[in-house]
Amino acid sequence: MDEISQNSTPRTDAPSPVIGPGHSYGSVTDKISAIVLTQPTSKGWWFGFLVSFSLLMVLMASITYLLLKGTGIWGVNIPVGWGFAIINFVWWIGIGHAGTLISAILLLLRQTWRTSINRFAEAMTIFAVSCAGIFPLIHVGRPWLAYWLLPYPDTMGAWPQFRSPLVWDVFAVSTYATVSLLFWFVGLIPDLATLRDRARHRAAKIIYGILAMGWRGSAVHWHRYELASLLLAGLATPLVVSVHTVVSFDFAVGVIPGWHTTIFPPYFVAGAIYSGFAMVMTLAIPIRAFYKLEDFITMRHLENMAKIMLATGLIVAYGYTMEVFMAFYTGHAYDKYMILNRFTGPYAPVCWALILCNVIIPQSLWIRRVRASVPALFVISLIVNIGMWLERFVIVVTSLHRDFIPSSWGMYSPTRWDIATYLGTIGLFLTMFYLFIRFLPMISIFEMRGLVPTRPKTGERA
Amino acid sequence: MNFTANGTTPSGRETKSQSHKVVQVILRWSLSGDNQKPQEEESVQAFRRELVRVGTVEEYRKNPEFAADPEEYTSKALSLYPAHKYDGYAWGMSIDMNSCTGCNACVVACKSENNAPVVGREEVAAGREMDWIRIDTYFRGDLDSPEAYHQPVMCVHCENAPCEGVCPVGATVHSPEGLNEMIYNRCVGTRYCSNNCPYKVRRFNFRLYSDWTTPSLFGLRNPNVTVRSRGVMEKCTYCIQRINAAKIQAEKEDREVRDGEIQTACQQACPAQAIVFGNINDPASRVSKLKAQNRTYGLLRELNTRPRTTHLARLRNPNPEIKE
Repeated sequence: MDEISQNSTPRTDAPSPVIGPGHSYGSVTDKISAIVLTQPTSKGWWFGFLVSFSLLMVLMASITYLLLKGTGIWGVNIPVGWGFAIINFVWWIGIGHAGTLISAILLLLRQTWRTSINRFAEAMTIFAVSCAGIFPLIHVGRPWLAYWLLPYPDTMGAWPQFRSPLVWDVFAVSTYATVSLLFWFVGLIPDLATLRDRARHRAAKIIYGILAMGWRGSAVHWHRYELASLLLAGLATPLVVSVHTVVSFDFAVGVIPGWHTTIFPPYFVAGAIYSGFAMVMTLAIPIRAFYKLEDFITMRHLENMAKIMLATGLIVAYGYTMEVFMAFYTGHAYDKYMILNRFTGPYAPVCWALILCNVIIPQSLWIRRVRASVPALFVISLIVNIGMWLERFVIVVTSLHRDFIPSSWGMYSPTRWDIATYLGTIGLFLTMFYLFIRFLPMISIFEMRGLVPTRPKTGERA
Repeated sequence: MNFTANGTTPSGRETKSQSHKVVQVILRWSLSGDNQKPQEEESVQAFRRELVRVGTVEEYRKNPEFAADPEEYTSKALSLYPAHKYDGYAWGMSIDMNSCTGCNACVVACKSENNAPVVGREEVAAGREMDWIRIDTYFRGDLDSPEAYHQPVMCVHCENAPCEGVCPVGATVHSPEGLNEMIYNRCVGTRYCSNNCPYKVRRFNFRLYSDWTTPSLFGLRNPNVTVRSRGVMEKCTYCIQRINAAKIQAEKEDREVRDGEIQTACQQACPAQAIVFGNINDPASRVSKLKAQNRTYGLLRELNTRPRTTHLARLRNPNPEIKE
């Protein structure tokens, strides 16, 4: 933390500061903790929460109906055995990646600008992984037996089949969820102690007190905290790359044209970070406007995120180009047909919409004026979110619907239950997010205090 | 996987399509109109991909190996895993496309033998029919009087089965006799096996298709075959119940299973005897002899799946004096 606070003393090359002018330790703590502790719950929050909660109920209803009736309520069939569920799984899990990148890699790289978006980006990761985790569980034909994918001492002596990428998925995603949750919670402890100390209501004191786990802010506590967060950052860093690599193996290990490509791991990881930053932006822009947090989430943050989106978006575009190039360069008949079918077949509009959303529109981020315009960034971030969803649709559905044997070609279209389940997970995500911004400090208080310009080389945390 | 990489046809040998009339179908590549002519396109692709191999008698005399798969399909294939060894029986099948008339008797026989559910019109329209065997029909030639080619396709019991590697719970496994077996009890229904099956012969119980409640229907079913429940995958088993019955009988009589003793349901029903099943470890068996014929080819063998079920190419000998 020492380096961070030193780095944050006025920089000559910085385009705009990472924290607004005129802030002291006290004002930072007041401003962030007030959202949780003293500000009355606004009507806007209630409205948003209730809409999200209703969508969450839609999720409950659709899962109930699914358990009653079976996978047949969805649009999946033979040949398209995977549909919305797997598309949504990959989409959600990809979104989580920005949170881990910000909290782990940018921490290790000592990027001070990560501080204010770190906390809710990590929260976004956990909520996104929760939404993602639902789909593999419910999409199987017999969800009540999904635990058979776990290696546990079974009385029947059965064991998972470790050659299957789905088993790798179980480990990749559960590790990811565990490390992200730990990292997030450990990072929250000093702030939970602040809330405990500032809370007036008895219940709040008790709950925050329990969660703060006896944090008193002693030098020993800080020392251990620093060690723990560095260790967790070290653990989480490979996960940024590994999780989506393993998810991409679900496809790359298959023999299906459009799946069987070695470019998938890097291009999935880039796509994950791309969509993750888009989602951080989609969430950060309304929040900073609503809670007047422009001093903490500055234009510098938005611009940096826009630049990361531009860079990862170009990697993704390179991935698309290579898929097309390799199909024709190898001359492989099935791959060539797959590409032609993608761009000119029955699902061509989806594919072209994907190119528009993920490749063409984000190029406007080259222009400084676009990066400086909050509404433009918001719209672009939404478009990228949509584009990344469409990408997964193209990979899953258009590859499967016409593979090797033409007699078995088919079409896939989602049913109302597919759509309801998808909207339902958005409801789950937003519900958790609304609860988070209401009950936990959405910006890390103690880390923001470290950013407050102060006389150099004094006590860092007042 | 061992993909070949030369030209539009998957194989490198002289393409048969050159010697035939080009299919008189204009492919419509347009933004959305592609599916207006799906059937024509399916047939075009089926011939381009050499799924159906046809020759005239003259062509056959000129090059009797015209239908054979190139050597490199299997010789160049590499695998991380050791090959399966078959010491006893190794079951296999040969399907003669010369004999098949597309009568569908095999489909009906299979359905009743194996308790495959009838799913109804809506589910069939949704792409969820439960037939373990299907007859792929492709057309070629003039649209007004096309030549029709029938090709029965069921699980080909690959030696290197793409479905086996991807099942997370090991519900589809290789038997010591070369069958690709489904374990219904173990299946959780990820459908990954079906997605990864290049032949798309796997069928999934998307709903509770079998009637488990009407007592009068119970007698309809084959008691030797499991009635599948909701959420599990199923597919052709080579009529494993018949194989096991014959093996038990042979064991009781202290002898080997005789050639022709096991007949699969589709084979039994086929009026043209297009389907032959037997032990391919026995070079004298009827199926081994058929597989040794030079018309034998494996569907999608370029994927290194090494199908146990092989097809015999169609030979045509049209009378030039007969005009339409």
